[in-house]
Amino acid sequence: MAKAKALIITGNGTNCEMEAAHACRLGGFDEARIAHISDLLSGEIRLDDFHFLNLTGGFLDGDDLGSAKAQANRLRYAKTQGGNEHLFEQLQRFIDDGKLVLGVCNGFQLLVKMGLLPGFANNGRQQVATLTFNDSGRFQDRWVYLKNNTASNCIFTRGVEKGLYLPIRHGEGKFVVDGTETLERIEKGNLAVLVYSDPAYTSATMEFPLNPNGSVNAIAGISSESGRIMGLMPHPEAFVNRIQHPRWTRENLPEDGDGLVLFRNAADYVKNDF
Amino acid sequence: MAHRIEIALKDNVRDARGERIRSEIEHFLDVPVKQVRTIDVFTVDADLTAAELELAAAGPFSDPVIQDFAIDVPIGRNFDFVVEVGFRPGVTDNVGRTAKEAIEYIIGRPLREGEGVYTSVQYLFTCGLDLKEMEGIATGLLCNTLIQRYQILDHASFVAQKGMQAYVPKVAVHATGTVKEIDLNVTDEELLRISREGVLALTLDEMKIIQAHYRDDLVLAARRSQGLGDRPTDVELEALAQTWSEHCKHKIFSGNVEYVDEKGNREQISSLFKSFIQRTTATVRENLGDKDFCLSVFKDNAGVIRFNDDYSLVFKVETHNSPSALDPYGGALTGIVGVNRDPFGTGKGARLIFNTDVFCFASPFYDKPLPARLLHPRRIYEGVIEGVEHGGNKSGIPTVNGSLVFDDRFAGKPLVFCGTAGIMPAVINGEPSHVKRIDPGDLIVMTGGRIGKDGIHGATFSSEELNESSPVSAVQIGDPITQKRMTDFLLRARDRGLYNFITDNGAGGLSSSIGEMSEECGGCRLDLSKAPLKYAGLDPWEILISEAQERMSLAVPPAKIDEFLALARIMGVEATVLGEFTDSGYFHILHGETTVAFLPISFLHGGLPPMEMRGVWEIKHHEEPKPADKSDYTEDLLKLLGSLNICSKESVVRRYDHEVQGGSVVKPFTGVNNDGPSDAAVVRPILDSFEGVVVGHGICPRYSDIDAYHMAANAIDEGLRNYIAVGGSPNLVAGLDNFCWCDPVKSEKTPDGEYKMAQLVRANKALYDYCVAFGIPLISGKDSMKNDFYDGTTKISIPPTLLFSVIGKMEDARKAVTMDVKRPGDVVYILGETADELGGSEYLAAKGFTGNRVPQVNAEKALNSYRAYHAAVVEGLVASCHDLSDGGLAVAAAESAFAGGFGLAVNLDAVPIKASASLDDEAILFSESASRLLITVDPGKSAAFENVMSGQAVARIGQVTADTTLTITGVSGKVVVKAEIANLKEAWQSPLQSL
Repeated sequence: MAKAKALIITGNGTNCEMEAAHACRLGGFDEARIAHISDLLSGEIRLDDFHFLNLTGGFLDGDDLGSAKAQANRLRYAKTQGGNEHLFEQLQRFIDDGKLVLGVCNGFQLLVKMGLLPGFANNGRQQVATLTFNDSGRFQDRWVYLKNNTASNCIFTRGVEKGLYLPIRHGEGKFVVDGTETLERIEKGNLAVLVYSDPAYTSATMEFPLNPNGSVNAIAGISSESGRIMGLMPHPEAFVNRIQHPRWTRENLPEDGDGLVLFRNAADYVKNDF
Repeated sequence: MAHRIEIALKDNVRDARGERIRSEIEHFLDVPVKQVRTIDVFTVDADLTAAELELAAAGPFSDPVIQDFAIDVPIGRNFDFVVEVGFRPGVTDNVGRTAKEAIEYIIGRPLREGEGVYTSVQYLFTCGLDLKEMEGIATGLLCNTLIQRYQILDHASFVAQKGMQAYVPKVAVHATGTVKEIDLNVTDEELLRISREGVLALTLDEMKIIQAHYRDDLVLAARRSQGLGDRPTDVELEALAQTWSEHCKHKIFSGNVEYVDEKGNREQISSLFKSFIQRTTATVRENLGDKDFCLSVFKDNAGVIRFNDDYSLVFKVETHNSPSALDPYGGALTGIVGVNRDPFGTGKGARLIFNTDVFCFASPFYDKPLPARLLHPRRIYEGVIEGVEHGGNKSGIPTVNGSLVFDDRFAGKPLVFCGTAGIMPAVINGEPSHVKRIDPGDLIVMTGGRIGKDGIHGATFSSEELNESSPVSAVQIGDPITQKRMTDFLLRARDRGLYNFITDNGAGGLSSSIGEMSEECGGCRLDLSKAPLKYAGLDPWEILISEAQERMSLAVPPAKIDEFLALARIMGVEATVLGEFTDSGYFHILHGETTVAFLPISFLHGGLPPMEMRGVWEIKHHEEPKPADKSDYTEDLLKLLGSLNICSKESVVRRYDHEVQGGSVVKPFTGVNNDGPSDAAVVRPILDSFEGVVVGHGICPRYSDIDAYHMAANAIDEGLRNYIAVGGSPNLVAGLDNFCWCDPVKSEKTPDGEYKMAQLVRANKALYDYCVAFGIPLISGKDSMKNDFYDGTTKISIPPTLLFSVIGKMEDARKAVTMDVKRPGDVVYILGETADELGGSEYLAAKGFTGNRVPQVNAEKALNSYRAYHAAVVEGLVASCHDLSDGGLAVAAAESAFAGGFGLAVNLDAVPIKASASLDDEAILFSESASRLLITVDPGKSAAFENVMSGQAVARIGQVTADTTLTITGVSGKVVVKAEIANLKEAWQSPLQSL
């Protein structure tokens, strides 16, 4: 069994790298390396040497052209030094090798805008969905209940019985699609892994603030058909210990936070398959 | 030629931004508008092919799922009016900068010099309005004409001219490099004119000191050796004006004051700063002995204290009031990213771990006439909140604590306090991280953003009152991403030991940063022509004093410069060598080969004699209302809960990311529905550890109307009380003082200056008395002394305000306490004595009175009780704790109850009263007596709790109930407040919910 190695990319406004690395280590990764995007472009660090890629939250390029747009453009055009390889080709190879990618918040926006999520087979890298401004028109920091789709084959949410309670922190988190066909394909393929729900995790909701942004079908997170790429607006890395919960001083909670399961599943998968 | 790329949402996509603008127009301007839609416009002034433009428009500039684009043809249709708003030339355009970079990735080369991308927004209106009404909307809401321009077209004109024409807001280029000499051998009137017209903010006395310098034969001889004439250059005069500005030099705090008290006793004070602030810290550190935890105080950009053996904490709070008055968004954004650079530039550099914000505004619902030039308080409110939101969130720093304070006198100037803490390894590369030095020969390096005409005269203009002709150039817009890139880079450079010294470029620009660094080693030699500029056309003096943002200055040893510059290049950060540090004794500035300034360091930093001022104290008597003597105070409580200073600020707080970095332990909101107001914040900066940093603050400007001494004493106690309430340790706690005053120097413009100075002296006396008694060292602070508006007829002065911020530690964050009641049956205690101290209270203010009996703090009793309470927290005996402040016991009880979702039964007869006096229900309910906490305890732990608290003024006053009613029984045994907690919460939540 190889050492399980996680990579967290930072730079140009990425913010959540430290807590993501912490969550990876708690989840069981032997190594959680924080790398600046310039380390990848300079060739000093290569995606090939890792098993789990974290695209974390933040404000890539200030969300200036719409969230994550400038980074999607950078990854598409920027070449790594030394080789004539585009960074995107490294990423494609990483995915083809059966490795794992988790995009949280800004990272989810990036995966969607690069066409990697939902990333239908035989669809190239065409962008069919997006994340846009919350219906409230405001950035929101609040906690949400996420009902888990137990029929999904997503690696990250394996074993989650009912749902997860996690914080969202975004201004552009409203998930929308380019048409009903895409939405049907997402729903039928059980790609909508997490939906905003009531506190008992019984049903999806469009009601603010339970659904904080007005996402279509209350979608908070989706996965690829392979189950190995997942994107979600809520922050699993922000709830790995009970004292990160907003009501830890009044409720009896287990020591581990709800978000840890995603990282633990990722580590288990890597250890079993690589 | 310039191309226009217009991006519109598809017809079926909701335009949240347009909807928000529409509702704001209706809400604030009271103008009905049917619909507003928005279009993003990129004006690309670059030589690109049609295919390249198409790639940019279809790629990074638009989102194919929700947007359409058009190139060089208008995309907007079906509207009555269109308003397009863009920046004026030279104003920072962050989106434009990112768009330019995106194009450069696509075409695989940088754009040429002079090429650029500029952004603007089109608002399409469907409305029955006329052109004049549209002008009102454009200037009243859409556009701040100081930094933006707008154009309005009706539909017919739009069609006739085939849409908006491309407009490139490029800065016009003038001949540069000109250095003027100024003749100071002139009359006094002429000297004053030179100061006034040049926005130098120098007094006649100061101008005459400069005049004398240039009459000194030795000085003139030295100048001639450098090829300079006998007259000062504009570069020199500007450098002196920045360095000697109130903003940079703190002349009022370092001057001499004769203070006369109400009995006529005289006291000579030589420097308020030395006599009170520095002396406080010296005394506290002496008292702490070997438990002293201060590492670096007052000498760096921020204060440094010990966190544990491995890490040090850094904290600074700044104000950015004057720029926020002119351009609330840009001013406040600059304020937050500016204060970020203070802890970042402290010691060898700290990683930033949280922000705190306190804003003082006039009511956003203000409905009286305002003098011209003052923006309406609601625009200040909106702009400041959004500016700090963008600065904090985009920088990835959680905003964990803050306040909004309302008083209509803040219409004259809003107060925008932004604080940032950082953490650094105690030792870096074998050296203590809080120490740094410069060796002669080290290179002067500037990193980050480029220099433009933005922020020129910021330091001097904020050293004057706001007036009709305050300079437009002082306004600027921050750029959090350029700064984030720079800080990512500099933390790496720090850990590799690539520089000796780092400091922030803030007020006064290079003139201040390099000026102060030169004092460290004894001189510098700096070539302004090497400085990277945003655009050509800057004169040398402008390059020297520009406050263009996102820059740090460093001293890099020559042996490390190649590695430093290479790392900067790889990480996409601009870094430039501007010269070297020397021990020549001179601040030596060149432009190319020519010397343009040659100032002795001793004159630059020590040439200014202290100011002479006077403060005369008098006790003012205010009318007292008659006792209410009512049998039911429920309505009074509901009204108080809905007052602006007490009501929920959740609609604002939720816009700030308070959880990024993952360390949040006590969040701004708590309780069964995550909506009760926390007293202070607890954060874990090291995720592998449960050690917590605790931060709180106190601010109560209303008490200054009675006595600024007690205003300051209460602010200190409130800050400490909030900190203690959540579990902060009394053994490792430090304070920061931020004074925001109205001009306290008597003059024609300020006839009551002696009274305002006396208020300042008294606040300083309280700072010394109480911080020494509490054992709180002051580690850093700031003063802002000209918070007035004066246009020749109307004068608005802010109430004298001290923000007292508190930072410290709790050993185990898992012991933290929140303010929400936890379980029915828990025992309710009050800690601390209540007195008839309604003076300055929210309760009296709601009735239109000030009163006279301002709360007085007994530090010794308070500290004993805080220590006992902390012991109870450490033993895990406390279920909830809420601080009593604005609105007193009644408000605290209501908040604790509705946050926890349970009822509360409280008996006023059991409340400990100071000196065992007899008080009526009104005073016990609403008095704001200091040092009090409302505590609930599990009945099984109450005996242990009472044991730990023995000897303190603590009493059982009731219990948490299973129902949902707050019931308060008065001293006579009759119920005086009875209300459903849902109704109390609604009254508290509704005022600012929709803003």
